[in-house]
Amino acid sequence: MNPRTNPKHSQKNPFRIALAGNPNTGKSTLFNALTGLRQHTGNWPGKTVIHAEGSYQYDGDAYTVIDLPGTYSLYSNSADEEVARDCIIFEKPDVTVVVLDATAMERNMNLALQVLEMADRVVLCINLMDEAKKKGIYINEKSLSKKLGVPVVKTSARNRDGLDRLQKVIQEMAYGRTKTNPYRIRYSDELEEKISALEESVTSTFGDRLPARWVALRLLDGDQSLIDSLHQRIELHRKEVHNHGVDESLYPVEA
Amino acid sequence: MGSMNPSIPSKRNSLNALLDQAQTLSSNSIRDEIVSQIHQTGSTVCQDTVRYTDENKMMRSEKLDRILTSKVWGFPIMLALLGIVFWITIAGANVPSAMLADFFGWIEGYLTLAFHALHAPDWLHGVLVLGLYRGLSWVVSVMLPPMAIFFPVFALLENFGYLPRVAFNMDRLFKGAGGHGKQSLTMAMGFGCNAAAIMSTRIIESPRERMMAILTNNFVPCNGRWPTLILLSSLFMATGFAGGAQTLVTASVVMGMVLLGIVVTLAVSWALSKTALKGVPTHYTLELPPYRRPKLWDTILRASIDKSLFVLKRAVIIAAPAGVITWILANIDVGNLSVLEHVVAFLDPFAKALGMDGFILMAFILGLPANEIVLPILLMGYLSTGAMLEVDNLNELKQIFLDHGWTWLTALNMMLFSLLHYPCGTTLVNIYKETKSAKWTFLSFLIPTVIAIGVTFATTQIAHAMGWV
Repeated sequence: MNPRTNPKHSQKNPFRIALAGNPNTGKSTLFNALTGLRQHTGNWPGKTVIHAEGSYQYDGDAYTVIDLPGTYSLYSNSADEEVARDCIIFEKPDVTVVVLDATAMERNMNLALQVLEMADRVVLCINLMDEAKKKGIYINEKSLSKKLGVPVVKTSARNRDGLDRLQKVIQEMAYGRTKTNPYRIRYSDELEEKISALEESVTSTFGDRLPARWVALRLLDGDQSLIDSLHQRIELHRKEVHNHGVDESLYPVEA
Repeated sequence: MGSMNPSIPSKRNSLNALLDQAQTLSSNSIRDEIVSQIHQTGSTVCQDTVRYTDENKMMRSEKLDRILTSKVWGFPIMLALLGIVFWITIAGANVPSAMLADFFGWIEGYLTLAFHALHAPDWLHGVLVLGLYRGLSWVVSVMLPPMAIFFPVFALLENFGYLPRVAFNMDRLFKGAGGHGKQSLTMAMGFGCNAAAIMSTRIIESPRERMMAILTNNFVPCNGRWPTLILLSSLFMATGFAGGAQTLVTASVVMGMVLLGIVVTLAVSWALSKTALKGVPTHYTLELPPYRRPKLWDTILRASIDKSLFVLKRAVIIAAPAGVITWILANIDVGNLSVLEHVVAFLDPFAKALGMDGFILMAFILGLPANEIVLPILLMGYLSTGAMLEVDNLNELKQIFLDHGWTWLTALNMMLFSLLHYPCGTTLVNIYKETKSAKWTFLSFLIPTVIAIGVTFATTQIAHAMGWV
């Protein structure tokens, strides 16, 4: 996945980390805590709508952090969901961190499961642990990690608790040293059959650049905005080839 | 080169083939299956991994919501909180404002001495001290204290999680006006900054409703306009009252402005939904995030230092050159009048019909880049035409206005115009970026401007006809 040969990731070629999550999970607070920036935070949805970028150093490597808009789903119902989806699918961050609100796990799990269908290198970060403790909520992160097949880290970003561990887990995954086995929802036999049929065509069109199963599922759902995005990228790619005369299998074009 | 790459058209064809295949396989029930599977899985996963030990504490948020968003108490509590915020701001800002003004006046004495000691020419002293320094001193004295109080208090409410409750209360009104309930959220964002709020309309799915939120966002006062509203109402709106009652009346006037802005937002939304943006409101659920105890000092420091200084910096950086230019224009004569006076005289008849004067209108026009600089430009305009007052107390600030024929009606009209007029340059740029349409961007300029002119004109004519002024 990562053709980089240089073991140390310098300022010029940093690891790219995306933060996804529902609104109000403290994503921007986590972003600020990691990067030392002061992106405005607030306790309400819609605070972050364009993605903000910041960076940090950890153990000699440079990391770029992308703070995606907080969304409840990635079904491209609105412009902010499209921004988040396109980043995860086309820009392919080295690690996608899904931030969850520890006091509302069930609601937050929807987005986490969607991201797990889209990407392999995923870390779940259960934030707002301080509040969960106050409310008497206990979360078994080991069992959660086992069930979902990706690392789970508990944090309280506004008190800087667990940040070190999160950065360590991100590092391990960025270097490809963490084996993941992301949970993929199994649908009815009828739907699964359709998915596999379509998955093949997706792979023959896009190679392994896009998560074939997920794209197949979205196309079956008739996700018009994704279809538009795919058209757009093929068009961009055509221009690129026209200008440079190289044609590889369709690669993600930086938006 | 393109023709040498036959694989590209084929790639396009294969995407089309893929889409055709998807369409034949697709059925309406797929979305339902996906959504219900995700919910079910999420719920199973959580059942095994999350344990709730204290049902009572989980209910606390719900109990508070039952009061804060109740049909009976929701609005009264909202108004009371808003009123308290304004009251604290106005009551608290007076003394520090006067102290700052004193301080700057004291410095100015030394600056003038220094200029004399260096035998600097009079015009240089005029531009730098009487134009630039004096104008900026006023701006800092009158804008900084209210901001340093208002922003932190507002930020505390915001971080506590109250704004989504405001949105929840307003939701029904917006639906009645044919808009999207989330428009109340983007409106709340506008209280901070309209330019940012335009971006936040991305949370609204339907393009029709999103456009409505964009076109009406400007009707709530942003950071750049709060100081104008607060200052003018404290100088002119409660003159017949003393002490505590004065503060109370001032706060009520500012609150009245906010409510008027909301009423106009709803009215314009309604009108748009019946004309240019016809359609049925979409259904959605608004999630109420949990209440959180804000980090007190963190919030206060960040809000007062970051936000107040940011607004002030913008005001100073843009207003400083504007102040110098204003002073120069006021001191270059063409015929009997200075250039500035020509411009003002040209604008004056129209401005008078709106109950303002040429200086005010000029300040609004020059203030297009940022609302923060309207008041500074106005002050510099006034200061540059003879009435050279030293900055040492706030009554003299009022005197500057009075010397230029201000009455409470002038102040009211300037407040109304500030509330209702066209969005600032940054906001317009954002509207263009978001809508990609020159037509809608122009409309977002035109609609508020027409309303601002209409309202101030009507107010003025009525006040004159009734003999109130």
